[in-house]
Amino acid sequence: MIKTLARSVREYKWAALGSPICMVGEVTMEIFIPLVLAELLRQGIEPGYMPAVWKYGGLLALCALCSLIFGVASAFFAAYASTGFARNLRHDMFARVQTYDFSNIDKFSTSSIVTRLTSDVATLQMTFQMSIRMIFRTPVMLVMALIMAFRISPRLSVIYCITLPLLALGLMLLIKLVHPIFERVFKTYDKLNNVVQENVRGIRVVKSFVREKAEIDKFQETSDTIYKDFTKAERIMAFNSPLMQFAVYACIIVISYLGAKQVVVGEIDTAALTAMFTYTSQILMGLMMMSMVFVMFTMSRAPMKRAYELLTENPALKNPENPVLEVKDGSIDFENVSFRYNEAAGRNALDSIDVHIDAGMTVGVLGVTGSSKSTLVQLIPRLYDVTEGCVKVGGVDVREYDIHTLRDQVSMVLQKNVLFSGTIKDNLRWGNPNATDQEMEHACRLACAHDFIAAFPDGYDTHIEQGGTNVSGGQKQRLCIARALLKKPKILILDDSTSAVDTRTDALIRKAFAQEIPGTTKLIIAQRVASVQDADLILVMEGGKIAAAGTHEELLRTSQIYREVYDSQVKGGEE
Amino acid sequence: MPPVRMKGDGRKAKNPKKTLLRLFSYTKPYRINLLLVVICILLSSFATALSSYSLDPLINNYIKPLTGQNNPDYMPLIRFLFGMGVVYMLGIISSFLYSFLMVKVGQGTQKQIRDDMFRHMQKLPIRYFDTHPAGDVMSRYTADIDTLRQMITQALPNCISSIATLVTVFVLMLKSSLILTAVMMVTAFGILYVTKTVAMHSAKFFIGQQKSLGAVNSYVEEMISGQRVVKVFCREETCKGEFNTINEELRKDAFKAGAFTNMMGPVNNNLGYIQYTILAIIGGAVAIGSGGNLLDLGGLAAFLLLSRKFNMPIGQVSNQINAIVMALAGAERIFQLLDEEVEADEGYVTLVNCNTSPDGTVTECAGYTGQWAWKHPHQADGTVTYTPLKGDITMHNVDFGYVSEKTVLHNISLYANPGQKLAFVGATGAGKTTITNLINRFYDIADGKIRYDGININKIRKSDLRRSLGIVLQDTNLFTGTVMENIRYGNLDASDEDCIRAAKTANAHDFITRLPEGYNTQLTGNGAQLSQGQRQLIAIARAAVANPPVMILDEATSSIDTRTEALVQNGMDALMQGRTTFVIAHRLSTVRNADCIMVLENGHIIERGTHQDLIAEKGTYYQLYTGAFELE
Repeated sequence: MIKTLARSVREYKWAALGSPICMVGEVTMEIFIPLVLAELLRQGIEPGYMPAVWKYGGLLALCALCSLIFGVASAFFAAYASTGFARNLRHDMFARVQTYDFSNIDKFSTSSIVTRLTSDVATLQMTFQMSIRMIFRTPVMLVMALIMAFRISPRLSVIYCITLPLLALGLMLLIKLVHPIFERVFKTYDKLNNVVQENVRGIRVVKSFVREKAEIDKFQETSDTIYKDFTKAERIMAFNSPLMQFAVYACIIVISYLGAKQVVVGEIDTAALTAMFTYTSQILMGLMMMSMVFVMFTMSRAPMKRAYELLTENPALKNPENPVLEVKDGSIDFENVSFRYNEAAGRNALDSIDVHIDAGMTVGVLGVTGSSKSTLVQLIPRLYDVTEGCVKVGGVDVREYDIHTLRDQVSMVLQKNVLFSGTIKDNLRWGNPNATDQEMEHACRLACAHDFIAAFPDGYDTHIEQGGTNVSGGQKQRLCIARALLKKPKILILDDSTSAVDTRTDALIRKAFAQEIPGTTKLIIAQRVASVQDADLILVMEGGKIAAAGTHEELLRTSQIYREVYDSQVKGGEE
Repeated sequence: MPPVRMKGDGRKAKNPKKTLLRLFSYTKPYRINLLLVVICILLSSFATALSSYSLDPLINNYIKPLTGQNNPDYMPLIRFLFGMGVVYMLGIISSFLYSFLMVKVGQGTQKQIRDDMFRHMQKLPIRYFDTHPAGDVMSRYTADIDTLRQMITQALPNCISSIATLVTVFVLMLKSSLILTAVMMVTAFGILYVTKTVAMHSAKFFIGQQKSLGAVNSYVEEMISGQRVVKVFCREETCKGEFNTINEELRKDAFKAGAFTNMMGPVNNNLGYIQYTILAIIGGAVAIGSGGNLLDLGGLAAFLLLSRKFNMPIGQVSNQINAIVMALAGAERIFQLLDEEVEADEGYVTLVNCNTSPDGTVTECAGYTGQWAWKHPHQADGTVTYTPLKGDITMHNVDFGYVSEKTVLHNISLYANPGQKLAFVGATGAGKTTITNLINRFYDIADGKIRYDGININKIRKSDLRRSLGIVLQDTNLFTGTVMENIRYGNLDASDEDCIRAAKTANAHDFITRLPEGYNTQLTGNGAQLSQGQRQLIAIARAAVANPPVMILDEATSSIDTRTEALVQNGMDALMQGRTTFVIAHRLSTVRNADCIMVLENGHIIERGTHQDLIAEKGTYYQLYTGAFELE
């Protein structure tokens, strides 16, 4: 897992190495400085010998300067490497998502992908930076300080062999006690946020049913749980710093007493004893920091796992090795096609579909929700691969085409369509980046969008808000159709794309299609019979099968389902 | 540590002093705790300072004299060490106590604010929610509270302890040497200046980083939401290109912010050593030069030790002050919400259970009777009248605007007798939903009158008014919980059987029983596992279980297939039985049988009548009906 994530370090490898190296320099200086301080006191201040003060003072300043340079360099390297790593990781994840096919997107929800790309990356960036700054710093500090202490007095240093493991044990125990509580608190926090979010979003429901009191109770309950858990966790954590202090102080007192005995016999001098005090706090501080790094690592395990999942998800579809780069015509063949969304799905979404559509035909698809209308048409631009049988476009199996070639020629207007923030022109250019103004206008006229666009003060340069919230549902749908038309496709698929458009405009769009792009094969999924009744072929879907196929007149005679739908919609209107 | 790790956006508080004081008032229940905390912090810092100060006498007065003695007397040393141990223990105990006591203060205050905020939010008028984005409201519960918690539990105590240490050390330094203290102060200000410059840069770049981060996050959000469209149009490469550009921007900004933040530690630390050097040289010169008159060498050594203790708290204070200012900005946003004016309710007419005797007199009952009446106390003569709840709603010449300058409803009058069905038809923005917002008093009218069973609705207590109205909104909001709990939301007293009966009325029973765990199926994320139509069926059942005499139905706009639509329609029809109903129609097929259809345009009722009347009129309704106009 870490290996996969580490791949995103790339060009920041040197900076990532530079930071701990400089850090080692800084730590070395930090270890060395107490020695200089001790000498300064012993040889300069205590005897009142000025040249020594100058000498060691200068040395100290020099050390401090070195340490400063190392420290600042390490700080820069760390920031450079960690932000670079975050950039690469974000890039890798985003690029990976771009390779995803519909079935991959189905697997991850949109919000979970967004979380992974935003807050998870932020957490990992922090962890990475902490790691490269601390991973060498703490052990080096610990080891060096230990070595120095042992050099001064091996006998006194034995005390560390007792305190260190004890302290480590204590810290571990605290972490072990507190970790599950924190995990639980995080989940409760999610719950609390969920309560607030649902409340804010559904405030009209809350107020209509006069449920403010019940909502407050619900919130309070979660809030209480958080309070209790958090209090418990923090009370345990309150032992942390006293434990540490106790260890340091105990060491100092023991070292003072034992050290005094050594001083008496002349084994060490008092300056060395002072240095011992400094190393004591450095050693124990190092241990403390190690426990912090450890805690942080365990905390970031979840985001690591999530990022890893995203990075290792393989796209469901592969481009063939020698792809066909041209789509001959807009004919479509379904040959004994069966499809299921995943292995686990109990039943086939599509079952033994056999249908032939000539180039240039207009085909209507009707059926209730869940009858797999969308599934059927999504196989044509190879958004999913068939489970059995094959789908052919222009006489060639879709799996043999270069995916981009195929999708450029098979233009699909999705049911849940989106416009992106930017001008209308920016949005239209999704269909064809090089489209001229004339071409755009032409497409918009076909989709009956030109008139309302022209009525906007800024015309085609009107800014569309994110999600297209500043145009009406019908306008949005027509813009999406125009965008798809700009591809000049051989096959055009409208998946319930005119549901919010009024019937007259709907008819106008269909008329324009028939007159202006007769060579394009058109597949129209609709709820309204009126939208499909002029089609050359109407497919009535039920339960993943084609229940009936034929023209409007034929189906009125042969298909009971079709007749029922027709009656409910048309007859009702003539009452 | 709450899971949301978003920090504030670098904004500073506008009135930090006032906010801090107000925040302090929240600690009232913990005053004694807080007092103990402050005492403990002071004791702990005192112990820390004293312990480092005692190292010098330890070595010079108790260890050095023993050197070279043949028969050293360890007793004084042991006594001194014992004294040190006592001070240490005092420090440890007080530091433990303060962390331990602080937990309750920090968490308790945080909980209090959180609860107050939510309780207050429940009382806010719909206007507040209509004018504030949900994300903005949410962030107060997450990011703002989080920074606040950090401030209360970490920054403030740290600050107090740092200042206490500073003062103690300063006093001890003054005691040691005036001259050196003066030198110390000068250099300390020098260090402070440098760190402040670094901190300022860091803050500036931090704001830049937050901006770029916002850009990246919103790009990701938009593109991932539209990922399917990206695939269909083969835009993957373009997207990657666009993303790389803003991603690189973010890296640059984040690098600058990070580098300066990281630098703070080493800069502060090492400048401290340089300061030490300066002190040693000047001190040495003074001590030697004056022959020990101005300063003796032992005092210098002690002073040098002390000076090491002085810098760390200075760095801490400047760091923490930044954090505090940031948290206060969050606190201000929280208080802003708490200061929002609550929904006023001057109503005094209440809804009570009653019994009607054969002669028509109404008597109030304590228990549930299935009959309801409006209890109307008359202040003038102290009498009480009871009006049976029927569901008769009238509007007289109502004007309304969301903002006072712009009227969106003009002179609306309508009469709905109990059991009648009224339909509103018109384009988006014509004012259909606005009318229903007025009946349940989500908003108050500017002019005119609305009466419910002959009572001006301004006189009715809001909760009772709303209880007498059922509503099904076009955007269905379900809550996390089981299907049963969601239905029961309409009437908390409803039994399981009541809920199931309501679900049957709403045509929801069939699909619910087919769910993996039937009525006990857990719904999350606004019922994400259900289809739009199914969610709406549950919302209808929820309204049905409330069983109010008046219903407001806002039809869903998004397309559901004809069969489900028929189910929803039948459900709604069943719900309308015997009730006064207001229907906001997005499909004309549903309004044909209404007792009165009102066509709205720009806030005016331009046509009204039955379906037959309006078709005969050949006006706007006729054009809408024949599909000449777009409804949405």
